[in-house]
Amino acid sequence: MSQTNAMSATDAEAAIVLDKVNKWYGAMHVLRDVSLTVGKGERVVVCGPSGSGKSTTIRCINRLEEHQQGRIIVDGTELTGDTRALDTIRREVGMVFQSFNLFPHLTILQNLTLAPIQVRKMPKAEAEDLAMSYLRRVKIPEQANKYPLQLSGGQQQRVAIARALCMKPKIMLFDEPTSALDPEMIKEVLDVMVGLAETGMTMVCVTHEMGFARQVANRVVFMDRGEVVESGSPTEMFEHAQTDRLKTFLSQILRGH
Amino acid sequence: MSTTSEVALATAPLPARERPPAGVVGPVAWGRHNLFGSIGSSVVTIVLGVLIFYFFWRFLSWGLIHAVWSVPVAANPLETAIPCRQVQGVGACWAVIGDKWRFILFGRYPYDMQWRPGLCVLLFIGLYVISAMRRFWRKELLYIWIATLVVIAVLMWGGVLGMEYVAQDQWGGLPITLILSTFGLAFAFPLAVLVALGRRSTQLPAVKFLCVGYVELIRGVPLISLLFMASVMFPLFMPEGLNPDKLLRAQVAIILFAGAYLAEVIRGGLQALPKGQYEAADALGLSYGQKTAKIILPQALRLVIPPLVNTFMGFFQDTSLVLIIGILDLLTAGKTAMADPTWTGFSTEIYIVLAVIYFVFCYAMSSYSRGLERQFRRAHNR
Amino acid sequence: MSGTAADPRLLPTRQAPRRRLQLSWSDPRFRNIVWQLLVLAIVLGILWYLVSTTRHNLAARNIATGFGFLDSTSGIPIGETLIPYTSGASTYARALLEGILNTLKVAVVGVILATILGTLIGVGRLSPNWLLARLTAIYVEVLRDIPVLLQLLFWYVLLQGLPAPRQSLRLGSAVFLSNRGIKVPLLNWETAHSLALLAFAVAIVLSVLWARHAHRRQDTTGEAPPVLPVVLGLLIGLPVIVWAVFGAPLTFDMPALHGFNFTGGGTITPEYGALLIGLVIYTSAYIAEIVRSGIQAVPTGQWEAAQALGLHRGRTLRLVVLPQALRVIIPPMTSQYLNLTKNSSLAVAIGYQDIVSIAGTILNQTGQAIEGIAIIMAVYLTISLSISLFMNWYNAHIALVGR
Repeated sequence: MSQTNAMSATDAEAAIVLDKVNKWYGAMHVLRDVSLTVGKGERVVVCGPSGSGKSTTIRCINRLEEHQQGRIIVDGTELTGDTRALDTIRREVGMVFQSFNLFPHLTILQNLTLAPIQVRKMPKAEAEDLAMSYLRRVKIPEQANKYPLQLSGGQQQRVAIARALCMKPKIMLFDEPTSALDPEMIKEVLDVMVGLAETGMTMVCVTHEMGFARQVANRVVFMDRGEVVESGSPTEMFEHAQTDRLKTFLSQILRGH
Repeated sequence: MSTTSEVALATAPLPARERPPAGVVGPVAWGRHNLFGSIGSSVVTIVLGVLIFYFFWRFLSWGLIHAVWSVPVAANPLETAIPCRQVQGVGACWAVIGDKWRFILFGRYPYDMQWRPGLCVLLFIGLYVISAMRRFWRKELLYIWIATLVVIAVLMWGGVLGMEYVAQDQWGGLPITLILSTFGLAFAFPLAVLVALGRRSTQLPAVKFLCVGYVELIRGVPLISLLFMASVMFPLFMPEGLNPDKLLRAQVAIILFAGAYLAEVIRGGLQALPKGQYEAADALGLSYGQKTAKIILPQALRLVIPPLVNTFMGFFQDTSLVLIIGILDLLTAGKTAMADPTWTGFSTEIYIVLAVIYFVFCYAMSSYSRGLERQFRRAHNR
Repeated sequence: MSGTAADPRLLPTRQAPRRRLQLSWSDPRFRNIVWQLLVLAIVLGILWYLVSTTRHNLAARNIATGFGFLDSTSGIPIGETLIPYTSGASTYARALLEGILNTLKVAVVGVILATILGTLIGVGRLSPNWLLARLTAIYVEVLRDIPVLLQLLFWYVLLQGLPAPRQSLRLGSAVFLSNRGIKVPLLNWETAHSLALLAFAVAIVLSVLWARHAHRRQDTTGEAPPVLPVVLGLLIGLPVIVWAVFGAPLTFDMPALHGFNFTGGGTITPEYGALLIGLVIYTSAYIAEIVRSGIQAVPTGQWEAAQALGLHRGRTLRLVVLPQALRVIIPPMTSQYLNLTKNSSLAVAIGYQDIVSIAGTILNQTGQAIEGIAIIMAVYLTISLSISLFMNWYNAHIALVGR
């Protein structure tokens, strides 16, 4: 089982560095010597079969999961148990979840302004202006005073993206953002993500949407059974797959298209 | 993407390099994480640990080491308990149980015929066990219930098949608790189904009003007031000469009480059933009776078996309230046993035994309903 | 489907035709009316029968009817009274009032204590400390599997097993535990204390105003002035200052042993003590389960999203998790409050004179069973209907707005 070294930029300039990260759930070794470097402004798509550890990997980046061995350095700060370092990192890293996780008891506007007011100590009026500008960017400003459960899935996910953007993060993590959506709503969310990529945001995206990967990603990383198997540009990966495992995976997901 | 090679990989022993570091897995790591994960956690562990050892040691010392298990027969009955009194406060007197267990379990039932209520208790337990097993969830279960309850009634009363007749004022103890709760459930169930259906009726507002009134009235008052009603008011409702026995009156009160609570549980099931089921049945042309009996009720009842079991557990405990109107159930029998002048002062031992008996029954029921809920949820999420 | 012109569906130019009720079995409306009349007739028939039999029986036994007895003098000695009452001089109505007050005394104090204890245990169930989680789980399981009456009797036996007043146990220098009850020192109430209480009320108002001011400041500038320290300072400091200014009186009516019993001080009778402790501990097990499942009902995704946004645990709890958890917790919680109130009726088994016990005694003395039980039911129905009304209002008020 060869491991491809996925480092492609110098550590000092990199936005995210994962160095031989290992994680166990009990006795199960779910991340095995995962190494990955993401440069500033780079867009990385992580793909792989279910159970390959791709979600676990990006959840380790903002410490929603804890790694037991190896180093993770985000925006120059190393991730340890230190809460101050964690606060700094979480302010600069935004995350979009598969199940949106909007706060159902708050309006859309309140969802967006909560963190800027509480964490960045912004005055309310300024936070609301910021929120409205992002709502306009994701093209649903008229929903500002509605509640999450009144919106469709695609609208909710766009709000979730806007909510993460309101913290003005340097890095955006996406954990299968379109997997829970009905097919006709996937495009509207992907359009927003493409627009975001065009502004130069550093993005790490776990997704099965290969069309998106082709359009936007600088690099695609393929993980299987807890380790990075192959990585390269989208063209290299999709047209010139090297390992059998990647070939099998591609044939399975592309069969459906 | 699981293939046979993956399965082989998963079952092969991990190479040494891949085994998780000792700080992650193993009893030491578990202890560190779960017991001493933080300073606060460590303090809690130590404090609780000390308290647990202390109380455990005290209980062991009182309940086992210094306890008196049996006393020799004394010439003067009032002196029987002397060996116990010598260790009172230091050791438990389990001899009181040895002396009184038959009274606690069977009340004043004639001594040599106590095999009959004993058999009834076993029949009740058997009935519960069979009803709990899924393979018996068919219509035949209804016949099994009817048959078993009839057999139990015959055994308790006697008068036929060579068994001597024993009037119900001599019954007592555990059989009364089981009878009141089980017959209560059995008769309340059809009533509850009707009330639940009536309460959901949109076409018959008068019926709905009556059902809502019944349920809210019963659920708003304590069971004790219903038992009082049974004990002092029911005789006033009866024409001259008709004097129903106290046990029967209490049973009727419990049936009325159980009916209201069961009705709410069943109504929950009816509401949880998707509307599509009702509509499909209508589309097929089924009448109200056919639709309800064949499509709606079987599904709705299945949905609410866990809360039904929990509600029955509540009734089982609530039968102890008949202490207050003077019916000799398990708790009352225990309390009466405590009042025996020979054994005064040893009520703690008797309370512990009563608590254990109730706990055994109720814990079985609550574990069963929890296990069932887990099964239902897993099947649902598939 | 909104249009700029009026929606033709809403115009009143045409209306639905009305159908005439046909007096035939094939018309479902006619059938429904017939069924309902039938059911009503049966129910009224049964009621009529019961009423007439009862009247006959009452007459035969020479029992009075009506609530006239409420004005007659009661011969019931009542051990614990909140308002002045003398057996042999006060009326039955007053005795009943004592009973209601005694019930409320248990219910209100019990609900508060049970909520506190239950919440602590419920949170303990979710603790990452394995020992605490397991112990609280055992606590909850054991208490829910043993009948409440058995638990009350057990606590009563325990409190009655305390030594006689002459050998009573002492807690500190002023609290005595004996089989006559728990004796505590009672504060001699002076004007300064009433004024301090008033100051406390004023402090509450001021705290609310300060919290609002702080919130507004946060909205405009982003910086939040401290709320908790100021509120605590007000709630504690203001009453203390007022009390000190008015002479700082602090004398107690101490219980003292005279002969075979205590005089002075306040008493917690074994009956009230056993009832309160038993009900609080029993109900706390149920409340613990409710709190636990309420907190667990909030999906982990909510925690994660808040943490990913950088919110700390405390803020996450206050702003995101607790509002959602409370929605799930409050309905069953109020149902438990109602259960505690109903369970307090078991007081009759341990000799505490609540409304059931007193109404039961009156019932025995006057023979008017129906009136007595009607009073008991009316009291509890009032309490439970008020709680239901509150529940319905609360549920409608905080419902999550959905499609």
